[in-house]
Amino acid sequence: MLAAEELSFGYRGRPVGTGLSLALRPGEVVALLGPNGGGKTTLLKTLIGLLPPIAGGITLDGTAIERLAPRERARAIGYVPQAHGGSFAFSVLDAVLMGRTAHQGLFAAPSRRDRAAAGAALDRLGLGALAARPVTEISGGERQLAMIARALAQEPRLVVLDEPTASLDFGNQGRVMAEIRALGAAGLGVLFTTHDPNQARRFADRAVLIRAGREVGAGPVDRVLTRASLEALYGAPVEIVGGGASEPTAFLPGTPAPSRS
Amino acid sequence: MTGSGLSARAGFWIALLLLVAALVAAFGIGRLPVGLGEALRVIVARLTGGTADVAPTVETVVLAIRGPRILAAVLIGAALSVAGTAFQGLFRNPLVSPDLLGASSGAALGAVVGIYANLGVIGIQAAAFTGGLAAVAAVYAIGSRLGRHDPMLVLILTGVVIGSLLGAGVGLMKYLADPYDQLPAMTFWLLGSLAAAHRLDLAALGIPVGAGTLALVLLRHRMNVLSLPDEEARALGLPTGPLRLAVIVAATLVTSAAVAAAGVIGWVGLVVPHVARFLVGPDFGRLVPVAALLGAGYLLLVDTVARSAASVEIPLGILTAVIGTPVFIWLLAGAHRSWS
Repeated sequence: MLAAEELSFGYRGRPVGTGLSLALRPGEVVALLGPNGGGKTTLLKTLIGLLPPIAGGITLDGTAIERLAPRERARAIGYVPQAHGGSFAFSVLDAVLMGRTAHQGLFAAPSRRDRAAAGAALDRLGLGALAARPVTEISGGERQLAMIARALAQEPRLVVLDEPTASLDFGNQGRVMAEIRALGAAGLGVLFTTHDPNQARRFADRAVLIRAGREVGAGPVDRVLTRASLEALYGAPVEIVGGGASEPTAFLPGTPAPSRS
Repeated sequence: MTGSGLSARAGFWIALLLLVAALVAAFGIGRLPVGLGEALRVIVARLTGGTADVAPTVETVVLAIRGPRILAAVLIGAALSVAGTAFQGLFRNPLVSPDLLGASSGAALGAVVGIYANLGVIGIQAAAFTGGLAAVAAVYAIGSRLGRHDPMLVLILTGVVIGSLLGAGVGLMKYLADPYDQLPAMTFWLLGSLAAAHRLDLAALGIPVGAGTLALVLLRHRMNVLSLPDEEARALGLPTGPLRLAVIVAATLVTSAAVAAAGVIGWVGLVVPHVARFLVGPDFGRLVPVAALLGAGYLLLVDTVARSAASVEIPLGILTAVIGTPVFIWLLAGAHRSWS
C-alpha cells in the first residue's frame, strides 16, 4: 500500500500543495481530479519518489519512500508519464523491455525471463502483433497501451498514470480506460489523473479532488462526484444529463448553448 | 527491428565485412603489399614466440610500421564511434559527437602547448590527454552547478562556451608559435593524422581507449533507458546520476586519448553512429557493437586512403569531413527514421 500523510509537495522553494493525505491499496482504482496547474502531476511525481516531499511522509508498505533505492521503487510502482519523451524509434518490444530495468543487473542483456515478462505484458494489452513496429509509427492509443505494457513489465504492485487518455481519440479513451480498470480487477492498485469526471465515475472506485494543491474531496466516486463538488472544484458551471439528479448518466461542462431553432 | 528493412543480424555482418575489407586493404596497400593471411601469421608468431616464415622486411612492415598504424586506426575508430553513440543517446541529440563537452578542444590546447614547449611525441600525447580530461572536468564542474531544470542542456551549453574559450587558447598558441617549425606541426596535428602511430606509446593509447570503450560496451543495455527523459528513466529504476557520469567519464577517456594520439579527427563519432543506427535500428544493445565494428573499418579505410592516395599524407580530419558532410546530409534528409 502506498500512503501519504500530511504531505507538502512541490519544487525546492516553490511548494505546490500542502496537508494532503492519500492511500492507494491493491485492487483499487483511484482517480485524481482537479483544474490545470492544481498540482496533480507534481503530486504523482512526489508519490512515486521522483521528487522529495517538502514536508510529511510517504510510505510504501510501511517503508519511507525516500529510503528505497530507485530499483526497489520501480519494482513496486509502475509509472506511465503523460508524454512519452523518447527520441529514438525503438520497437514496441524494446520499449516494453525497458520496463525490466529494475530487474536487470548493470551490464545484463535482457534475459529470457525479461523477454517473457515483456511478451506477457504485450499480450495482456493486445499488442503482440505490434511488437516489431517502431513506437513512432503506431497510433497514439497503441502507444499509450505500450507504455502501460512497459509499466506492467516492471511487475509492480501499483501503477500510477498521468492523464492516460490525454490526446487520445474517443475510441482509444475507452480502450485505454478499460485496460486500466482491468488492472485494478487483477489486483493492482491504480492511481490516475484525468480531466473527465465521467471517466473517473465509470472506471474508478474512489476519487480524490485537488484544487490549488489541497484536497477538497475524497471518497467513493458516486458520493464525491456531484454537480456541486465539480462546480466548486473547477469554479465553472456543470450540467447533468440523462438519468436523474440522484443517478446522473453524465456530467457536461459549461452551460447549454442557446437554442438554435 | 530496425524500421529500415534490414535485419539486425545482416547489419552486424555488413559492419564486420567492412572491417575485414579495410584490414585487407590496409595491409595490402603500400610500397610493400602484405596479404592479410601473411600479416596474421606474423602477428600470431610474435604472440606465440614462433617463427612466421616470411621475409624479414614483411615482418618489419607488419610489426613496426603498418601494424601499429592499423591498430591505432581500428582502436580510435571503434572508440570514437562507441563514444559518439553513447553521447547521442545520453544527450538525446543527433548532432552530438563525443567531443561535445570539450574533450577535443581541451586536448588540442594541451597538444599545441606541448608543441610550443618542444615536448616531443610522448610529451605532446601526455599534454593533449591531460588537456582533454581537464576541459571536460571543468565543463562538468561548472555545468552541474548551474543546471537546475535541464541539466543536460546546461552541460551542452557549458561545453560549447568552454570549447570556444579553449579554441581561443589554441589560436593564441598558433600566433605565438615559430612560423617555420612549430606552426606547421600544430596545423598538421590539429587536422589529425596517424602518420606518427609507429612512434606513439601504443599502451598509453590502448589502456584508456580500451577501458573507456569496454565500459561503454558493457553499459550498452542500460543506454536505451538512459536515452529517455531523466524522470522517466528514474521511474523505471535506473540510477541515472551515477550512470550519466560513468558514460561521460568513459567517453572522455576515449576521446582525450584518441585526440592525444592522432590529433583532432572529427566526424567519425558523429556520422558512424547514424550509419550504424541505419543498419540495425536504435536499440543500443545491438547498436553499440555494430558502431564499434563500423567505426574501426571506416577509420582504417580512410587512413589507408590518407597515406596512399597522394604522394604526401592527406590529413585525416580533412578526409573525414569531406566524407562525413554528404553522408550526414543524406541521413538528415530522411533516408532513415531512427530518430523520431
